[in-house]
Amino acid sequence: MAQVLPGEHELRRVIDEDREVEGLGEADLLELYRSLILLRTYDERSLVYHRQGRIGTYAIFWNHEAAQVGSAHALEDDDWIFPSYRESAIGLLRGLPPATVLSWWRGHPAGWWNPADYNVASICVPIATHVPHAAGLAWGKKLKGDGAVAIAYFGDGATSEGAFHEGANFAAVMGAPLVLFCTNNQWAISTPLEAQTKAEALVDKAAGYGMPGIRVDGGDVLAVYEATREAVARARDGEGPTFIEAVTYRVAPHATADDPRAYIDLARVEEEKQRECVGRYDAYLRRLGVLTDELAHEFKEDALATMRAAIAAAEAEPPAGPEELFEHVYVDPPTSFGSDLAELRRILDA
Amino acid sequence: MPELYLVEAVNDALHCELARDESVMVMGEDVGRAGGVFRATAGLRERFGADRCVDTPLAEAGILGTAVGLCMAGWRPVCEMQYDAFSYPCLDQLINHVGRYRWRTRGGMEFPLVVRMPYGGGVRAPELHDDSPETFYVHVPGVKVAVPSTPADAKGLLAAAIRDPDPVVVLEPKLIYRTERGEVPEGEHVVPLGRARVVREGDDLTIVAYGAMVPVAERAADAIDASVEVLDLRTLKPLDEEALLASAAKTGRVVLVQEAPRTVGYAAELAAILAEKAILDLRGPVLRVTGYDVPYPYWQIEDAYMPSVERVVDAARRLLAF
Repeated sequence: MAQVLPGEHELRRVIDEDREVEGLGEADLLELYRSLILLRTYDERSLVYHRQGRIGTYAIFWNHEAAQVGSAHALEDDDWIFPSYRESAIGLLRGLPPATVLSWWRGHPAGWWNPADYNVASICVPIATHVPHAAGLAWGKKLKGDGAVAIAYFGDGATSEGAFHEGANFAAVMGAPLVLFCTNNQWAISTPLEAQTKAEALVDKAAGYGMPGIRVDGGDVLAVYEATREAVARARDGEGPTFIEAVTYRVAPHATADDPRAYIDLARVEEEKQRECVGRYDAYLRRLGVLTDELAHEFKEDALATMRAAIAAAEAEPPAGPEELFEHVYVDPPTSFGSDLAELRRILDA
Repeated sequence: MPELYLVEAVNDALHCELARDESVMVMGEDVGRAGGVFRATAGLRERFGADRCVDTPLAEAGILGTAVGLCMAGWRPVCEMQYDAFSYPCLDQLINHVGRYRWRTRGGMEFPLVVRMPYGGGVRAPELHDDSPETFYVHVPGVKVAVPSTPADAKGLLAAAIRDPDPVVVLEPKLIYRTERGEVPEGEHVVPLGRARVVREGDDLTIVAYGAMVPVAERAADAIDASVEVLDLRTLKPLDEEALLASAAKTGRVVLVQEAPRTVGYAAELAAILAEKAILDLRGPVLRVTGYDVPYPYWQIEDAYMPSVERVVDAARRLLAF
């Protein structure tokens, strides 16, 4: 397998070169499209639900869908996904109910799932601290002779964190079957990439860990798929971790609580929006003659119906009671939990 | 029953638990080839292989972070932090993830990992080899903390920690690693978490201690002309509150000893519990003998920092005269 050495900063592309990816049939191409539409619809509806006061603060991932869908489709169901908050809805691609993720953003305990049910770890809120988890899981699976691979998603800012470094180095030293997937959207809230690193490209960091790095157009779902497939194959063949830098652009605010007008070049944002990732793939499929108006309409309507049902289900969750405070912290909870709850109930019920 | 030093009992526990359960693995800096800087993990790599006694990169947060992932893959990692103060980077993982992950999964996944480390002062070492960091660990929800003071407890509490389904931090008093020697049961030996030990019974005053302060409390008890009870907590979380309150009810006078700095230290929690639940049993103020609110000092003056027999005796006499 080809190793990308530092200095090779050229982005790998498929769509802009009008190439086709070996091994992907028409059904696969449409499945990727359906996934893109599902995540795009999830994101756009979430922003609406936030404005309607139906979910809380929300981390927008508009224009990151190609990076998420392309990489996730290169995995088998037994492979583990470690998302950051930017990939909060990536579990949908594994059958995680969207109502669960909406509940997470609603601050309801029903928003947590059992990672073992989907092989999707909990959403990681602190930056990069899940990278060692993914390294540990991948290493642990390898020690057990299990063929599973793990992928850890994080952003450009995360590469400045110690946890990223320790996780990447651990994975390399242990030969862990891990894909380190860096979505470089060029902004960490208001901090631009050039204030985050003096590296010419984030992919250069791979060499320092003795692992190959791949730099890919993060707005190109097929290029991301192809690159991740290569990294997953390496991992599964016992060749250890790979660092992927998927370059895209954050055209939306960091989260609903952020107003980027204070720091971002709005003309650049408009320019990037013209090249947003779902539209690029839509046009590619139409050029191939794979996508019709009818199919596109059907996928969109399905996704909208899914979201309508999901928000209704999330809002139908019974309110969490105070007993939830004490649940699941320990297998064997201390006696103080019982007396604390009894006292709290006495006061709440008075 | 064989007599072992405290650190040998730790080693014995690891040998027994790795032999008993194939999912138990040891990981840390210098634990494999070197057998640990204190020899706590000696012989494990030879007996169980390099995959179950793993020399890791120098990365305390990475050790605990990968241990979280190892738990998700079905392992029970026992992580060594080489020294108390070197463990602080791992607090990032402990606070953000280790204590929260089971709760996050609504009980769906368990994180049966152990963090063990030599802790405490009095060993004439360079800076940051001497801390008593228990407060940081005890304060984290979802995490249990044990501190043995005898070889038998060092083995039994570590075995209990390894078998516990929740994360447990075990602080091993390095000052007495090779001074405390005692009988240790052969083979499997478990001391349940959450049960204190009455070291000696008495009627006039209770000295509460844990770890390396237990021998100090015992020597102080010898030096006081009164009937002194010494209580070794053994587990800081969950605390054996019953044993604490029973002793306070019996003697009415309590001296608390810890080598960590005073402010918001573990003794403050004990004092608060006594104030809440034993106020009518007390015949005098609850007194603390602690380290001071300063950085752990240069070793030429560390004896002035550490709670000494003399300081414990002084507190006890003041309380008896109250």
